[in-house]
Amino acid sequence: MKKRVEFKNHQREIFHFQLRLVVGIGFVSVLMAILLVRFVYLQAVRHSYYQTLSESNRIAIVPIVPNRGLILDRNGVVLARNYSGYTLEINQNKTADTEATINELSTLVTITNKDRKRFSKLLAESHNFETLVIRNRLSDEEVARFAAQQYRFPGVEIKARLFRDYPFVEKTSHLIGYIGRINDTEVSQLEESDLAANYRGSDYIGKTGLEQSYESDLHGTTGIEQVEVDAGGRAVRMISSTAPVSGNTLVLSIDAKLQEIAEQSFGSFRGALVAIDPSNGEVLAFVSKPGYDPNPFIDGIDTQSWDELNNSPDVPLNNRALRGQYPPGSTIKPFMALAGLYFHTRKPEQTISDSGVYYLPGSSRQYRDWKAGGHGSVNMFKAIQMSCDTYFYGLATELGIDNIFNYLSRFDFGKKTGIDMEGETSGLLPSQEWKAKRYQQIWYPGDTVSVGIGQGYTLVTPLQLAFATATLANNGVAYQPHLVKEVQSTRSSENRLIANQPLYDLKIDPKSLDLVRRAMVAVTQTGGTAVYASLGAPYQIAGKTGTAQVIAMKQGEKYDAEKVDERLRDHAWYIAYAPADKPRIAMAVLVENGGHGGGTAAPIARKVMDYYLLGKVPKPLTDAEVKGAGEHD
Amino acid sequence: MTRRQFWLRFIAHIDRQLLLGVGLLLLTSLLVLYSADNASWGGPLNQMRNIVVALAVMWIVANLPLHYLMRTAVPIYVLGMVLLVGVALFGEISHGARRWLNLGIMTIQPSELMKIGVPLMMAWYFEKHEATLTLKNYFVATLLLLMPIMLIARQPDLGTSLLIFASGFYVLFLAGLSWRVIGGLFVAALASAPVLWSMMHEYQRHRIMMLLDPSQDALGNGYHTIQATIAVGSGGILGKGYLNGTQTHLDFLPERTTDFIFAVYSEEFGLIGNMILLSLYSYVIWRGFVITSHASTYFTRLMAGSITLTFATYAFVNMGMVSGILPVVGVPLPLISYGGTSMLTLMLGFGMLMSIETHKKLVKT
Repeated sequence: MKKRVEFKNHQREIFHFQLRLVVGIGFVSVLMAILLVRFVYLQAVRHSYYQTLSESNRIAIVPIVPNRGLILDRNGVVLARNYSGYTLEINQNKTADTEATINELSTLVTITNKDRKRFSKLLAESHNFETLVIRNRLSDEEVARFAAQQYRFPGVEIKARLFRDYPFVEKTSHLIGYIGRINDTEVSQLEESDLAANYRGSDYIGKTGLEQSYESDLHGTTGIEQVEVDAGGRAVRMISSTAPVSGNTLVLSIDAKLQEIAEQSFGSFRGALVAIDPSNGEVLAFVSKPGYDPNPFIDGIDTQSWDELNNSPDVPLNNRALRGQYPPGSTIKPFMALAGLYFHTRKPEQTISDSGVYYLPGSSRQYRDWKAGGHGSVNMFKAIQMSCDTYFYGLATELGIDNIFNYLSRFDFGKKTGIDMEGETSGLLPSQEWKAKRYQQIWYPGDTVSVGIGQGYTLVTPLQLAFATATLANNGVAYQPHLVKEVQSTRSSENRLIANQPLYDLKIDPKSLDLVRRAMVAVTQTGGTAVYASLGAPYQIAGKTGTAQVIAMKQGEKYDAEKVDERLRDHAWYIAYAPADKPRIAMAVLVENGGHGGGTAAPIARKVMDYYLLGKVPKPLTDAEVKGAGEHD
Repeated sequence: MTRRQFWLRFIAHIDRQLLLGVGLLLLTSLLVLYSADNASWGGPLNQMRNIVVALAVMWIVANLPLHYLMRTAVPIYVLGMVLLVGVALFGEISHGARRWLNLGIMTIQPSELMKIGVPLMMAWYFEKHEATLTLKNYFVATLLLLMPIMLIARQPDLGTSLLIFASGFYVLFLAGLSWRVIGGLFVAALASAPVLWSMMHEYQRHRIMMLLDPSQDALGNGYHTIQATIAVGSGGILGKGYLNGTQTHLDFLPERTTDFIFAVYSEEFGLIGNMILLSLYSYVIWRGFVITSHASTYFTRLMAGSITLTFATYAFVNMGMVSGILPVVGVPLPLISYGGTSMLTLMLGFGMLMSIETHKKLVKT
């Protein structure tokens, strides 16, 4: 009996066990099914997705940055170039503790505090997992020393890179500008204009000057290398590659030597000079003084140097030629004379009697001539030659502001010249409408009087004045001023000449032109305001001096240069073209706080013309010349 | 004794079907290792040595009569416990975990011993009390299970402790632990999850978080999972071809000769290869179940069932981990991953299965 029960138990026990075993088999089947489903999902359903991931793991697209285009002057002199050098770079992705790594590195190569600061700035600005430069321009010895220890620094490498260099340093700083590291704003701009792809791998972009304006030509087309990489990012083999296309070379209309002479002729003065070939609009010299060294900007200038430049009272970073706005002073007079002739307001031979003071009809307010006692009997020719203010006070009043505005705007005063450089300012040519809008005031007759001698509201840039002078020199036929003559492609078939583009012909009456030309020639001869700067020139110069007031004189007060602080002294202007009968060069020279145009600005123009027309290289300036004793305006 | 007789004696306790399945998996191991080791013979040759040793151990165990096996249960278990306590007190720390014990001549990992020791002990215990099984016996068996597990989990080695727990749990399950208790345990486990979570090490929590969203930490802890999943997925249906896995050969796969070897296999042989591998595993597991169902004693039934289910669990956990459905726990792919210790433990298990299968007639009489 007992045995039977036990036997039965045993059977039941086996049965129970088998049941559990079946559950176990079911359990394992479920596990295997889960795996199978997962495999089907990964390898069949989502295969292409993981295929892509695997490919992008495997294949790295390495951009090959093109060489930036060179910038040459009209004779092939290099103004911006690339040279190769070694940099020490840190891959932040592969470097756990950059601080410690830099400290280690500094035992092998010199790493200054400036380098560290610049690096941390780069680190803060860096976008993706790029490598960042810790040291530039390693010496051969430093390269060798690091190479021997490289195994200690897995994330650090030496790279050969092309560096941008501006051999003329401050002499072409405002003309050429500089490149710098691409910042966030520029990244989003590039993305918006669909250029981001072409800038993969590019670290630099033109920031100012021609480097900025011709960025699309200079940058070139980025090449692509498809390489197979391992997990460590090391290239294992190349799959395909497209070579980069170097940036285009800019050939400027600038004459580097002329530019250098013009720049040096300023001595310690601040100012600007723009010289244009009037027959075609080619800009021959484009100077803004003082300049600055653009080279430190390329890899990020350190804060201290930046502050020094930015806070300097000389404002060296301001491109005066392009952006500086000054009253034209008496340089406006030849244009005013043409306006008078155009509207038949005054006949050439018509004279006025200048007692040294001008009164508006029915007013007792005095408008004084620069010369106490006046110039006596003055016609238009003499008025230009001697820069008689009284004559032009009257002429302006008789013309009226509307006619003045009408005529001067034909010379594009108050408008941008459209030169091929970004950032130009437009100056200001006042009108009734402008004043109403700007000051909610009506135009007073007194406003017109000031405008007549280039004071008051009128503002011009040196570039604008040079352009107007060139148009005048070219008998009223204006050419678009431009700095770049030719864009040379690596494929010579794609070279692009910048056309000398006639803008308009003012169709000025030849007799009027002749009168103004003769009067401007007389300015540079005995009895004129620029005679000393023109002595002995074997060619005829047509010129006009000018003075732009920095501080307004009160009624009855007399300006005395000796009494006024140097920085508040008048700005000196000079416009000129030569040879007067067949002009090859036209220019405007501004000397800030230079006093009188004939004394400081005209000698600079003379040196530039002597070199351009005669090939004469000026002697270095003497101290006396630097500060130049003035003739009177 | 003729040569033939000797040969028959020699293979008398070898289960040919089981050996066939195991042998095919071992060949696969050599094949994949050659690729995973970047087409060098170093890995496969060392693995060959491991295999020879493990086969010898399997042969010896297969030839042991069952009562020998039973007799080893208590000493192995006690030795394992002593060693585990030793690890807790004097163990060497490596990678933040205290798992190894330096015995002077060699460094051992006692938790490996317990993979066999725990189910062996529990099966032995149930056999002893077969006639009068009460709930109390299940309770004692559970204690036998939990003591080593606590020690191993503290090392910390979550993966191994969970796998040993599984092997012990299978014994309990096969021994007929009532469904109600199982359900209760399950609920209790769920309830204690938050407590466990708070007791876990940061890296353990990370691994579980990574499973939910590996991209969260694509270069850190999620890297393993992401790269392994990419390898499997990019293999496609036919695979990239032997020695052509780019994830493998360009170094994207971590630990590709050990825990992640399945990704190598899967990338190069694709879905078809995976199905073949699943079939091989299923075949071995099936044979294990057949042997279990033949087993003549309570002890051998429990032991064979537990070994088979544990083997299935190892395979599932590793492949699940590599294909991104389970967290990354350090579990090798059974019989395929490079490594002597796990190979030895597994072959020991298969030796037992063979012994159980080939000695049963002796018991019956």
